Amino acid sequence: MNTLVNFLHAALLAGTPLMFGTLGEITTERAGNLNLGVEGMMSIGAIAGFYVGFVTKNLVLAVLGAFIAGLLSALVYAFLTVTLKANQNVTGLTLTIFGVGFSNFFGDFLRESSGVSVLKLSERITNAVQEIHIPVLSDLPYVGKLFFQYNPFVYFGILLCIAMGLYIFHTRTGLNLCAVGENPGAADAAGISVTRVKYTNILLGGGICGIGGAYISLVLCGGVWVTDCVNGLGWIAVALVIFASWNPFKAILGSFIFGAFNILKFYIPKNIISIPEAIFDMLPFLVTALVLIITSIRKSKENAQPAGCGVNYFREER
Amino acid sequence: MRKELAGTAPKSAAEPLIRIVKKPELPPVRASLLRVGAVCLAIVAGALFLLLLGHNPLSVYAEMVRGCFRSKIAIQSTVKIAIPLLITSLSVTLAFKMKFWNIGAEGQLIMGAVFASYFALFHSDWPHIPLMIVCFLAGMIGGGLWGLIPALFKTRFNTNETLLTLMLNYIAFYVVDYLRQGPWQDPEARGFPKIATFEANAYLGKVFGVQAGWIIGLLLVVLTFVYLRYTKSGYEISVVGESQATARYAGINVKRVMLVTMLLSGAVSGIAGMLQVTGTDFTLSTGVASGVGFTAIIVAWLAQLNPFVILVFTALFSILEKGSGVIQTTFGLSSYASDILQGVILFFILGCEFFIRYSFALRKKGGRAK
Repeated sequence: MNTLVNFLHAALLAGTPLMFGTLGEITTERAGNLNLGVEGMMSIGAIAGFYVGFVTKNLVLAVLGAFIAGLLSALVYAFLTVTLKANQNVTGLTLTIFGVGFSNFFGDFLRESSGVSVLKLSERITNAVQEIHIPVLSDLPYVGKLFFQYNPFVYFGILLCIAMGLYIFHTRTGLNLCAVGENPGAADAAGISVTRVKYTNILLGGGICGIGGAYISLVLCGGVWVTDCVNGLGWIAVALVIFASWNPFKAILGSFIFGAFNILKFYIPKNIISIPEAIFDMLPFLVTALVLIITSIRKSKENAQPAGCGVNYFREER
Repeated sequence: MRKELAGTAPKSAAEPLIRIVKKPELPPVRASLLRVGAVCLAIVAGALFLLLLGHNPLSVYAEMVRGCFRSKIAIQSTVKIAIPLLITSLSVTLAFKMKFWNIGAEGQLIMGAVFASYFALFHSDWPHIPLMIVCFLAGMIGGGLWGLIPALFKTRFNTNETLLTLMLNYIAFYVVDYLRQGPWQDPEARGFPKIATFEANAYLGKVFGVQAGWIIGLLLVVLTFVYLRYTKSGYEISVVGESQATARYAGINVKRVMLVTMLLSGAVSGIAGMLQVTGTDFTLSTGVASGVGFTAIIVAWLAQLNPFVILVFTALFSILEKGSGVIQTTFGLSSYASDILQGVILFFILGCEFFIRYSFALRKKGGRAK
């Protein structure tokens, strides 16, 4: 029982960066833009968050820095695809290559210029991302561990998913956003500024992805800078968008499940089933591939990708 | 809701001050000039970035180029970098021409390498030439099958090929990881997870001091060009890429074209994998592809999917790649600089495409939308 509780607890912790990445990409795709740069934006968020945290020793500023960095990288994407109508697939991929390179480059640069072999965050930050402790609630057996013993990021992520879900499905601005994603021509005719909606949401999505990156560099890596720290999580997040069928509420569940796959290897006793470590590392990607295939087999109209996704909108080409 | 719409409509009635209009196609020479200009701008942007970091951009760039050509060995190692990049770029070109977003060249290369390595490791007692031929074919089959998987699901269930090929990259990576930890582990490595170095018999021969793969690469450039330009199946690929509906009207079997092309695309990447293990690495490691499949996408796109232009950009990017290794030792700049610069170059090219296809028009005085 204890192992199970620990496992679920760790799964949610490991799934949190996916939650941010997925949420960011859902916001972007709802505006009709497929941004394959999530991995890159998360990497940039990771280094930006780490750098600000390293210099200022302040968690809030670090997260804010990551948000802004993610937002700026999404701005490059938005400018190229929305204003200059560049191919979305290629632009996103370039953003990934650029972002991962940028993050690793600055990690090395920071290490070089500060003259240490390992970049370590100050204790003020590592303490701030410790699990919170609520009197009484956190001490409850099982329940406390399952619900009330996470670091602030986890709660923030879940709240953000709920807030974004309410925004997308229950506010006029959110519905306008959906209209732009489904049929930009109709939205334009209805007087919605397609360009403005696209920019706002792509930027917002990028910022959220950036926070996901900060979670990786500030929490998951245990306070030290690790080269290539995002390592495919951004790509899993892109795939999770399909799993979550473009719904922020389902993103919470999806990232929890995929978090579980990420840490499964630590919780299967070696003496019961002996599976090579490489197979465990492969698991999240394998399952993602299967999810992609299964969702494509049972394609339903309800849970489909926004119809305008992937195609640039040019008013005179309607 | 209706009231809301009515309220917002008049705002867009006035024609915007600046609007975007399509322009007639530019002559190819001017379009190419624009692209060259974009690459130059990107290099200038890179220079500003270096300046910001407190380096003299001119000396960094000069060192990059010098580092690639300073000696025979340097040139040879630049060519070594170019071989897999050139071949995988051709591989993704085949798929991209069809608008099939194969970003799995990385995985296809790895699987080609795995298949080829099987023979290089366990049948190194075969005569050299047959062994090389078998390795080559095995590489093609390995890569081809890995490319066929996403095509099968795409044609049958319309599964998103971008993400599926990407996941297959990671799966292929961990296949190698598994092999080096378990079944193919070098017994002499004392538990260290690595695969043994091949026997000398399984080494690919050298021509002019560099592995023979460069000849295969150049051959493939011509073959790809001819295939895409002058054969029926090559033509079918571009029709499918332009519009699947048109292709269907014309009686082209779209599914068959997709399957065959992805098999070919994967097979070409598989060749790159085979050449990498038998010609450069002489063993199979997890770093066999190390991102070349992604760089290939940039190269193919920059070259507008033209095999001969790919050759030019492969040269440029190999110099970048090799040069960034050199500046790491001379200036202490991380070798990831090349990734940044490659990204910036493509950003500029993507942006410049706009000016090739569109132009801005100012509102005429008192202009109103009809």
